[in-house]
Formats: sequence, structure tokens, C-alpha cells
Amino acid sequence: MDMRDVYTETLIELAGKDERIVLLEADLMNATGTRPFKVAYPDRFINVGVSEADMVGVAAGLSAAGKIPFAASFGCFASRRVYDQFFLSANYAQLNVNLVGTDPGVTALFNGGTHMTFEDAGIMRNIPQLRILEPSDEVSLRKLLPQIANWPRSVYLRLHRKGGWSFYGEDETFEIGKGKLVREGSDITLASFGMVMLQETLKAADLLEKKGIHADVIDVLTLKPLDRELVLASARKTGQIVTCENHNIYNGLGSAVAEVLAEDGVPARLRRIGCQDKFGEVGKIDYLMEAFGLTAAHIAGAAEALIGMKKTA
Amino acid sequence: MFDTDLNDKALEIRKKTLEIIGKLGVGHIGGSLSVVELLTVLYYKRMKIDPLNPGMEGRDWFVLSKGHAGPALYCVLADLGFFPKEWLLTLNAGGTNLPSHCDRVRTPGIDMSTGSLGQGLSAAVGITLAQRIDGHDNWVYACIGDGESQEGQNWEAAMTAAHYKTDRLIAFTDFNKMQIDGLTEDVMGIEKIEDKWASFNWHVQRIDGHNMDAIDDAIEIAQGVSGSPHMIILDTIKGKGAAFAEGNPGNHNMVFDIEKAREAINALDAKAREAI
Repeated sequence: MDMRDVYTETLIELAGKDERIVLLEADLMNATGTRPFKVAYPDRFINVGVSEADMVGVAAGLSAAGKIPFAASFGCFASRRVYDQFFLSANYAQLNVNLVGTDPGVTALFNGGTHMTFEDAGIMRNIPQLRILEPSDEVSLRKLLPQIANWPRSVYLRLHRKGGWSFYGEDETFEIGKGKLVREGSDITLASFGMVMLQETLKAADLLEKKGIHADVIDVLTLKPLDRELVLASARKTGQIVTCENHNIYNGLGSAVAEVLAEDGVPARLRRIGCQDKFGEVGKIDYLMEAFGLTAAHIAGAAEALIGMKKTA
Repeated sequence: MFDTDLNDKALEIRKKTLEIIGKLGVGHIGGSLSVVELLTVLYYKRMKIDPLNPGMEGRDWFVLSKGHAGPALYCVLADLGFFPKEWLLTLNAGGTNLPSHCDRVRTPGIDMSTGSLGQGLSAAVGITLAQRIDGHDNWVYACIGDGESQEGQNWEAAMTAAHYKTDRLIAFTDFNKMQIDGLTEDVMGIEKIEDKWASFNWHVQRIDGHNMDAIDDAIEIAQGVSGSPHMIILDTIKGKGAAFAEGNPGNHNMVFDIEKAREAINALDAKAREAI
């Protein structure tokens, strides 16, 4: 199932139990796939047309009056375009606006560089106390959405839109602010953020395994606040860590991990896989993954380089 | 609604606003004084509110989108008992609950945090839509500035409000003709402002914003028109009632001391005695 359909289906289910749930769109209902919500709850569906800043402001007003709004747009618009509104009207005002940025990073595909947001999580990280999540599969999305709705403050949700993946078992439990150790090794830590990267990271772990290198794989799920304990425990064990993100290496997962390693004095070497400070461009997914250095081969290569440094040290 | 003489209240609020900014030595006196009559009519006559229960269900709401006029609103809220009057002397002091721009988290009775101009009207539309979902028949009021009207988000909100026929929303434009860099018509003209709102399918009136009967009548008229949101353009004077501020191009965020404030307060008292 497409992740967007999981989003819509889960919110319809939540709305049936909680009349405070309201959905907002800015002329991307058909892209986000939320039309079924409009059909089910027409009074709680607000399309503001192409005016994302207004959408966030309206969502803040709805929240001030007791509603739980979810407002979605492409990630570029749900971050850059509405930053001040989300900062002040939603977060400074301590309201519960759940802002959903779809098509993260390379998944913008043919929409290209104008829409390819490698910076959304980065700018959002500077909003005090904001929660930033990117569920990595259908199960984690389905199970985190009710928690996001009930979180009393605002959340930025990076949502993979087209395509789905069932990685976790149906009985897996999730918590905002907690990551998952999805594969255990001892030689190196691979920390991943989001669906595209978790898939590549697991492939990279397989490639490394064939070479006798055993990797811890962490699915961070929440970028802010980062699951410090999980990351540090693994880094202490392995002494080297590769961060894997479909985002600029600045102020995303790589930066967050570097901060906690440095602050806790954990002597672990770090390599950051991610967009290396470039603008996005158009292309098919295989081209983009290669162009931005996000493939399993890139991750495994970075891991092997770190292992090599360890051996020669 | 509170039984009180509106003229006395407006005088009291204007004087108090001068006093608290004068004591601090600097503040947004111009845009605070231009909305005193609006605040007085809303809070002492029109709005269904409970100072002891600011979050009362089914109450009326007010979003002061021109958040820098906070000091005037704080004087009203303190007078009504939303918080202790002593707080007024903490304006902008470290740790205060009364920052220069409105803050819903810190100040009881403030319905929305504002200060980045252009954002409040969208929030007011959202509040109005929430009230509709809940089946409340209360009123949502909002006030934007004239310079603030240059922010594009207002016009996004204008479209949303009209599209969703939010006729429980009554907004005001405090058209005091001045903004930080000069006269609005010199910096970035907004006339004809009433035509702009009308063309966005709002029900529009334009009145003397210092005439409280006119404000009250305009609200009455707005409440009788259904199917569209309402904009009431208030022709006002920035710094109204304080000779040192009125017409002074520097009156947006102005340095003045308590002596200057007292002179203005005394002049207001003398004028009020003449009127009796």
C-alpha cells in the first residue's frame, strides 16, 4: 500500500474515534491521496487552495480552538514556504499543528530540484521542542500517527508518499523519540532515517556481512529528539558509525549524531551518507540515488573506509 | 458584556497605556492608542467572555494580529480581571507575562500569539471554522494593521474566509495611515482598501475608528449579514490622544518617559473635564 494511503486510512480511523481530528490540504489532496477523508468527513476537511502559509495559520487557529489538525503539502512547501507561520503561529504559540511534508529528498523525482527538499528536517530542527519524524514503513507510520495526533505540541512528519513497504511486524511497538535497533552486529553502526534509506542501509549491511563485517542497523524514526541512548550505546560498542539520510548532511541525522557523539565524548569515527550540500535535480530514483550518493554501495563503501581506518590505526 | 460608560473606559485604557509604556520608556505607543476605541467596544460591550474562565466554551474570540498593540490590550485584560493589575508594570521586563507582542501562552485572555505580521487573520479563520465544526454561534473578532495589510498571507486568508463563508468572523483594519517607514500611502499604498476586501467577497464597511457608536453600529450591521466574512475599516489616528505622538512619524516604536506620558494623561483629563 502507498504510504499516503496508510496516512489517509489511519487518519480516517482516528477521526472516527476522535472528533477533534481535522485534515487540511493546499490543492494537493489528490497527490496526498486524502480524498477518502474528505468523503468520510467533509466537515473536517479543509482545502485552502494554493496557499500553504494560510493553511498552517488556519491549522493553528483550529488547534487554538481545540482541534487536532493535520496539514500536508510537498515537503518543500511544508517547510521553506511556511517556516515563519509554523514557527510562530504553531510552535511559539505551543499549539498542536501536525505538518506533513511529503516526497522527501530524492522521492520528488520528476518534480526535480525546485521540489527536492534536502533541507526541510534541517530547518525544522531549529524550532524549539519540535518533534520531527520520518516513519520508515507502513507499520511504523500506522502506529506513530495516533501518537502524533495526541502529542500536545506540533510535529513535522516527513512522509514518503508513493510506494509502500511492510518491514516491521504488526505487533511491533513504536514511540515518538525512540529508534529501533533492527539488526545487530559488532563492527560498525549504520544509522538510517526514513524508508528509502532504511532499505538501502539494510542492503548495505548484507553487502558488509558478505565481507565478514557485522553491522548494527538503527532506524532512528525520530530525528528530533534523537534517541541518544540507542545511538550512543551502539557507537560505544562499535566505535564507528555511518549515518544514512535522504537529506543534506547538514543539520540532519549526520549532524545530530555528531552532536551527541561529541557531547558525550564517545570516541567513534563518523561518516555521513546523504546529499553532500547540493541542490536537487530531476531524474528517476536509481539515477538520483546514485547522483546523491545514497545507495547501498555508497553506504557499504563508507563503512569499509571506516573499518580500514580502524585497522590501520 | 459589562455595564460601564464606554467613554470613561476608553479614557482610562488610553491613559493606562500611556503610563505603562512611559514607565518602561519605549514602546509601540502609536498603534496601541489607535485601537483603544475598538478594544473598548469589543471587550466592554460586545464580547461574550469570562475573565475568570478565559477558555470558556462558546465564548467570543479576539485575535490581535497587529501584535505590537499588545500593551493597550493588556490594559483592558488587567482591568477586566484576567490577571492582576500589577502585571502591567512588568511590561517587557525579563520573565514578564506581558511581552510587547501578544502571546497566548503567557498572558491569560490572549487568544493567539502574534507579532510576525500577516499571520493572525489565518488563525482567526481557523478558529472560526473550528467553532462552526463544534456548532457554536459565537463571534470571532480580529484586528490587522494597515501596514500589515501589505503582507500577502492576509489575502490568502481573505480568500479562504470568503470561500468558506465564515460569516461569524468580523475583522477590523486599523487604518491609522502610518507605518514604520512613513505614511502607508508613501511606503506602499493600500487604498482603496475597502474595494480590495469587497473584491475578495467580504462584507465591508468603513467608519471613524475613534467613534465608539460607529464601531458598535458597524458590528451590529455585520452580525446581520450572513454568507460572507466581515471587514470593518477603521479610519484612525496613530498615537491618538497623545499630542507628542499624534502625527509624529516616529510614533511606531517610540522613546518617551513617564513625564511625557503624564503630560499627555493630564491633557486627556483636562479635555474630558471640558466635555462634561
